[in-house]
Amino acid sequence: MSAILVYAEHDHTELKSGTLSAIACAREIGGDIDILITGNGCGDAARHAASIEGVRKVLLAEGEHLENHVAENVAPIIERLAGDYGYVLAAATTGGKNIMPRVAAKLDVQQVSDISSVVSEDTFVRPIYAGNAMATVQSTDATKLITVRATSFEAVEPGGGSAEVESIDAGSDAGLARFVGADLSESEGPELTTARIVVSGGRGVGSAENFHLIESLAGKMGAAVGASRAAVDAGYVPNDYQVGQTGKVVAPDLYIAVGISGAIQHMAGMKESRVIVAINKDPEAPIFEAADYGLVADLFEALPELDKALDG
Amino acid sequence: MKVLVPVKRVVDAYVKVRVKSDGSGVETNNIKMSMNPFDEIAVEQAVRLKEAGTATEVVAVTIGPQQSQEQLRTALAMGVDRAMHVETEEGVEPLAVAKILSAVCDQESPDLVLLGKQAIDDDSNQTGQMLAALRGWAQGTSISKLEAGDGVVTVTREVDGGLESLELPLPAIATVDLRLNEPRYPKLPNIMKAKKKPIEQSTAADLGVDVTPRLKQVKVEEPPARAGGVKVSSVDELVDKLRNEAKVIQ
Repeated sequence: MSAILVYAEHDHTELKSGTLSAIACAREIGGDIDILITGNGCGDAARHAASIEGVRKVLLAEGEHLENHVAENVAPIIERLAGDYGYVLAAATTGGKNIMPRVAAKLDVQQVSDISSVVSEDTFVRPIYAGNAMATVQSTDATKLITVRATSFEAVEPGGGSAEVESIDAGSDAGLARFVGADLSESEGPELTTARIVVSGGRGVGSAENFHLIESLAGKMGAAVGASRAAVDAGYVPNDYQVGQTGKVVAPDLYIAVGISGAIQHMAGMKESRVIVAINKDPEAPIFEAADYGLVADLFEALPELDKALDG
Repeated sequence: MKVLVPVKRVVDAYVKVRVKSDGSGVETNNIKMSMNPFDEIAVEQAVRLKEAGTATEVVAVTIGPQQSQEQLRTALAMGVDRAMHVETEEGVEPLAVAKILSAVCDQESPDLVLLGKQAIDDDSNQTGQMLAALRGWAQGTSISKLEAGDGVVTVTREVDGGLESLELPLPAIATVDLRLNEPRYPKLPNIMKAKKKPIEQSTAADLGVDVTPRLKQVKVEEPPARAGGVKVSSVDELVDKLRNEAKVIQ
């Protein structure tokens, strides 16, 4: 059985949830699982990875040039290691999407993007056309490069493992892209892609100021705040709130869509949620076709009522 | 600065796609086809760079069947200077597309390649990064802002947690996200003029690229449908259902 290398994303201390889902996918494929951690000062993240049951080895590449995960510096490390593995996996996050094709091209491999299930050792299912069709594809490449749709695989729980952490050659700065800075959203609630409950607002919310109604409900429910592309385009919230084909894919236990009509591209990002609630004043809105519970109501009346009802 | 903009012909974003009953793919006969919307944003950005005097020449290239030339006409009407068509069958995979584009880069020596972050048909999100790797160039993916400097471009990327800025030495590749700009509608006189412009033609074989697929498409199916839901008449009923039926809240 071939070994599997999982490229990990982390916050220096812990692996990100998308990576834990990629490891779950690796377990489904079957075989020895090694985890690659790249960065600068991320020994804790490596120890976290080593604590996951079933992990054979953690490879740790550290250096200043890896601090910001610039693709041009990370890809050569994966490329160098790939020969020892039958599979290289990463989460289909903006990080995984950025780095993996760069590795694939150098290895002359046609990557399989965003897989949602494993059919056999070389055959996988992936959504196409914004999830309006599901393609089953068989890879003929000797090494399979795969990005994993995190919401389709339940994240593994760390614990029960004691893999060895091995420091490896971190390579050097490629001297190409230079990291200038980052402007990351400081949100108080849980992270959108891993929250158990998501409350999203659409164009119906009407303004950036009105979005506090969504935030307040989310706060009360311990939920993450999301938005439709229409709400993002209208400038109500930043783009990283966007749920949909061109934003994030979420699959919480409960998804509450408020003032969202339900464009195909939005549905592509949330229709795997366990329970969907739609609140919209237009009874013909397509979102009701996807909703388990639909409430035809003016959101400006329904949300304060809902806020109150949750207290009781 | 010379800019190359690869564009792809795809099923129009507003068409509801239908899976063929034999599971061989999605229906594309008699369906409205358009330029991939992300590529349209790339064309718009390139034309703006030209209008600002930053770009000296903008060249659009498409890879696909004969009809793909319609999308080149759109690019010409939007204001690109030249158009190239590399004729292939439908369904060339991202790796082969990147190899063809790399061969085009050999001929054209662009300073910047601007293209969509993904095509809305196969949603792979690979071509730009693969091209950057094959060229050994810097890449900026999913960008929402681009500023041209002296021998560099500074791009703002849309990343999971927010935004990230990178400075890319030229030549470089940038893949564009939705918020970079709003593409123009070409004016009628420009559409008429675009119809008469020459399109430079070649094939994948001319460029020495093998486009044999690496992935075997086993089947294409409809996604599992969600069971129809119910309408509730009040907020109280909703909360009751969520608590006692779905049991998703306390």
